[in-house]
Amino acid sequence: MSWQGKILRVDLTKGTCTAEPLNMEWAQRYLGQRGLGSKYLAEEVSPKVDPLSPDNKMIFATGPLTGTAVSTGGRWSVVTKGALTNAIADSNSGGYFGAELKMAGWDMIIFEGKAPRPVYLHIEDDRAELLAADYLWGRTVWEVEPAIREKHGDPMLKIASIGRAGESGVMYACVMNDMDRAAGRSGVGAVMGSKNLKAVAVRGTQGVRVRDPKGFMQAVATARAKLDPSPVRKSFTRHGTMAMMDTANRHGTLPTRNCREVQFDGVDKVNVATMTRVRLSDGKANLIGNKGCFACSIACGRVSKIDPSHFSVQGKPKYLGAQGGLEYEAAFAFGPMAGVADLEALTYANYLCNEDGMDPISFGTTVAAAMELYETGAITGKETSGLALPFGSAEALVALAELTARGEGFGKDIGLGAKRLCEKYGHPEFAMVVKGQEFPGYDPRSMQGMGLAYATSNRGACHMRAKPWSDDFARITPDNKANVVKASQDEVAAIDSSGICFFATNVWTLDDLASQLDAACEGGWTAEKMREVGERVWTLERTFNLKAGLTKADDTLPERCLKDAAKSGPAKGMVAELGKMLPEYYTLRGWTADGVPTNETLQRLAL
Amino acid sequence: MKHVIVGGGPAGVTAAETLRKVEPTADITLIGGEAGPPYCRMAIPYYLAGNIAEQGTYFRHEGDHYARLGIRYLNDRVEAISATDGRIRLAGGVDLAYDRLLLATGSRPAMLPAPGLDTPGVYSCWTLDDARQIAARATAGAEVVLIGAGFVACIIMQALAHRGMKLTVVAGSSGRMVRSMMDETAGDLIMRWCREHGVSVLTGQRVAAIEDGPTVVLADGQALKANLVVVASGVRPNSEFAAAAGVTVEEGIVVDGYLKTSVEGIFAAGDVAQGLDFSTRTRSVHAIQPTATEHGRVAALNMAGRSVAYRGSLGMNVLDSLGLISSSFGQWQGVAGGEAAIHLDAARYRYMDLKFDGDRLIGVNSVGRTENLGALRGLIQKRVRLGAWKDRLMANPYRFMEALVAVTA
Amino acid sequence: MLKSLHIDPDKCTSCLLCELACSFENEEVFNPAKSRIKVFTFHDQGRYVPYTCTQCAEAWCMSACPVDAISVDRATGAKVVSDDLCVGCKVCTIACPFGTVNYNHDTGKVIKCDLCGGEPACAAMCPTGAITYVDADWTGYDKMRRWAGKTDAGPQAHA
Ligand SMILES: Cc1cc2nc3c(=O)[nH]c(=O)nc-3n(C[C@H](O)[C@H](O)[C@H](O)COP(=O)(O)OP(=O)(O)OC[C@H]3O[C@@H](n4cnc5c(N)ncnc54)[C@H](O)[C@@H]3O)c2cc1C
Ligand code: SF4
Repeated sequence: MSWQGKILRVDLTKGTCTAEPLNMEWAQRYLGQRGLGSKYLAEEVSPKVDPLSPDNKMIFATGPLTGTAVSTGGRWSVVTKGALTNAIADSNSGGYFGAELKMAGWDMIIFEGKAPRPVYLHIEDDRAELLAADYLWGRTVWEVEPAIREKHGDPMLKIASIGRAGESGVMYACVMNDMDRAAGRSGVGAVMGSKNLKAVAVRGTQGVRVRDPKGFMQAVATARAKLDPSPVRKSFTRHGTMAMMDTANRHGTLPTRNCREVQFDGVDKVNVATMTRVRLSDGKANLIGNKGCFACSIACGRVSKIDPSHFSVQGKPKYLGAQGGLEYEAAFAFGPMAGVADLEALTYANYLCNEDGMDPISFGTTVAAAMELYETGAITGKETSGLALPFGSAEALVALAELTARGEGFGKDIGLGAKRLCEKYGHPEFAMVVKGQEFPGYDPRSMQGMGLAYATSNRGACHMRAKPWSDDFARITPDNKANVVKASQDEVAAIDSSGICFFATNVWTLDDLASQLDAACEGGWTAEKMREVGERVWTLERTFNLKAGLTKADDTLPERCLKDAAKSGPAKGMVAELGKMLPEYYTLRGWTADGVPTNETLQRLAL
Repeated sequence: MKHVIVGGGPAGVTAAETLRKVEPTADITLIGGEAGPPYCRMAIPYYLAGNIAEQGTYFRHEGDHYARLGIRYLNDRVEAISATDGRIRLAGGVDLAYDRLLLATGSRPAMLPAPGLDTPGVYSCWTLDDARQIAARATAGAEVVLIGAGFVACIIMQALAHRGMKLTVVAGSSGRMVRSMMDETAGDLIMRWCREHGVSVLTGQRVAAIEDGPTVVLADGQALKANLVVVASGVRPNSEFAAAAGVTVEEGIVVDGYLKTSVEGIFAAGDVAQGLDFSTRTRSVHAIQPTATEHGRVAALNMAGRSVAYRGSLGMNVLDSLGLISSSFGQWQGVAGGEAAIHLDAARYRYMDLKFDGDRLIGVNSVGRTENLGALRGLIQKRVRLGAWKDRLMANPYRFMEALVAVTA
Repeated sequence: MLKSLHIDPDKCTSCLLCELACSFENEEVFNPAKSRIKVFTFHDQGRYVPYTCTQCAEAWCMSACPVDAISVDRATGAKVVSDDLCVGCKVCTIACPFGTVNYNHDTGKVIKCDLCGGEPACAAMCPTGAITYVDADWTGYDKMRRWAGKTDAGPQAHA
């Protein structure tokens, strides 16, 4: 139990939906969600596949704990070959959609082929069918959700969809769900768009059962008693991830102006204090509250109302209601990274990313790259249709968000992502990316562990594939980082395969999680077994990427981080010491000096 | 004070219990016209379906319930009222004096205007005794012809189908099902559903006669041979002896805003009463369970001398036809100038039709939905001004529960 | 002193843990569709409102039931459905003006909040204190209760 034991296979080319049993043997070895989804992908898709071709598949995967009462047990993943990265992609989202899919009796949906015309998938428990989505095509996520509910007369439908960004092939388009939750990274929304799949609407009333109900509730209560009173949880509840803004700045790891700097002079204008301060203009604060995802006792989600007098929303009443507010990663990318010190402009750009399904990290970091291209003269008003793009321009940020979401004008170039944009204009070195994916909000020079995590992440630059924070904040030198990174990568891979949220494990140990998992499902789950699953998942992803054509050369960071020293902060004068950390990391992983898993390693992991 | 209540249905029983609550020492007599303790008609289908034993239809489950409350319960039938001297005469010969009299005698099946109703094997399904007789003959696989396709007929249909009988429904010349509570769209969905679930529904047919067999002969000459014929084609109020005593009777016994009849000291409640309709503010017979109990309660309070105005009853029904659940509230036909919010998904047997007067909800027909149905009653009966929610409901009528929550919380 | 559920929507984050606790307590399954308490989301106001039976004094469901299947639990004041007696006629589901008595297709009976016999699982599970079980006197339900008792002319809806 806890798994539903059932997969929905949707052949978009043929227009068919078929149920099949979940491979329970794989479930024991790959758990669910990221791990199990990756296993299915690796088994069914050639790693060399063009991500945007019908031969690529896209998997919506829940974990065994998705839909249970484990705190944060509502996570789900989109697993596919990423449009942005040409590598294996696993994008993780919260909200309610994943739990609802599970409630409907499904562990996963595998989408294959390409629909001849736009369609959406409608699921009501056992019943699944593809329906014409012509009337939804060209519409935003915020329009699609109510429209589908109206169409089926069901206010309880939970919906995952792409906005116009996914339709028009923005390389970092997301799959959005529940208005403002995103399977955000690596361009999974572009893959969905390439399949002419606009949305998935699901209503589930079958419920999720666990192996040992009493023991499970006991384990949940014990874990809650640890999580809920913790200061970490309190901070997440009150400040969300935004609390990181001041911390990162202090530590000199706040990527600023396309990583030319590591501290932002305008940080006071884009931090928690500003977000919660009453505005002079309307006497209200930007932040109006917080909200949780399914089963989450943390509720880090921000709810904001934008300043109605801000230039970005003049004549646009639809943006004046409450919406999902800024999280740190969006705020850093629109703010410090692009040099923009205007919280309301950041909020507006964030709304647009939600509304049309774009990854704010990639979007913001691409805007920052464009600003550097503009400042150096590599692009001019000619390319941008007259739009001035200096660092710090809130107007430019707002205009580019609108253009990119709609796929118009210079927005098309921004939609390419930083790597392709900078290559197009002759300056690949301006792209702050790893494996084609844009940097999140931590500069690798002052967080050496994070640098290694970016470089080795299987889905490109990512802050959510390892947990180097506490170690990095404590030690800025590169020694022993390989150990921290490798161990936490394996842990996170297991967490991401279970159905719960990474954030809960800022308090919980793997033991805390394993005791809940074990009560929920068969298999004798321990922290040890979870670690083993994590390492197996990590290595599986790695082998997929190697077969896709990636090599050791892709395990790197932009030259700027490797050669230009940090200009200020605790790590002033330092560069990212990847050369020191990487060989150690390969050894720890049981890979060759070229970063290829040895046969012994593969055997040990039963791969 | 001597209270006499005629009728052991929900109206009568609720009245007796309410009286006892507010008048601990009054003399209370409850007269039920059928053998056995008071039971509830609307539970009959569940007895017929075999879900419950006979006792399951009883209002109260402790054997000495009425005695414990000091309510005298008689099994007898009232034959006449003498209003001038405040007395009633029972069939058993007893003569009873009253200070206040409540008529809660309900209704009885209307006769079908066709010969042969007394043919063996032909039953109505109105009393527990009817149900016993039908149950004794309703073996699985038996053929049954059900005459009538109204609300009660549909409930009986569900029960008989549950017993595994083979059903033919003669829906009458209108060709519609549950015409009194459902519009054509909803009725059609229900009919289609019934047919898909193995019930043969004949429309546009009048019953000409019932002949031996029993065999139902239709106006076009078609003969339906059956093991059992159940007639459920409407009811009429048990009001004759009231009329004879000078009480004003139209469709039922006419009552004022306090459930008083035209004759001093005599009240009426339930199916037999023609009382205030919440929606239309006119007087009508509702013949539903919730109205019977509300009538009973309010009538009792007024009999006890408290002046409690009756707010008017809201017509409402919920129907389970072979698993397809439909409901109806208030003015589902709508009113002139009012708007409607309609959603239909015929393939999935889902229908929702909200009727508005301005920005107030006044009536509903729904098919295929069970969640939160009562909220519709709440919105209608509180005459809630929906404001902005009216537009939201126009876009998606299923958001009615959200509308209620927005208004109340 | 009877206690009742006190709901403070301002604290609710819409995590639905109450729904999970409720369905688990009553059916041993995590299934919001079977929960007796339901959280309603008003996205553009950033407002989340848990909603369940107020155990109102009028007890519309109880008086509408034809077979006395709903009774008052003396210890808690809750109106409780007896599965043994309920015949599944659903009259209570249309009688309750709050829409908080619901039909369960699987069992053919109705379900409603019974305060878990005095230890409501939803309140125990709620991480924010949006649902508490307190002395009946000062609950926010008073407002709903008054509303339940009123006959006419409801308030103007706010969006
Ligand atoms: C099969 C069936 C299913 C139904 N389903 C539903 C439903 O789902 N929902 C709903 O709302 N309603 C339903 N009803 C209708 C509901 O049962 C009636 O509205 C309700 O019973 C009316 O209550 P009452 O007390 O007014 O009359 P009744 O219940 O008819 O009671 C009348 C009482 O008066 C007695 N009586 C009559 N004449 C005399 C006399 N002369 N002397 C003494 N006693 C007399 C009778 O014996 C009986 O005890 C259904 C009815 C039937 C038959
Ligand atoms: S559904 Fe059950 S509890 Fe509700 S009124 Fe009918 S018998 Fe009573």
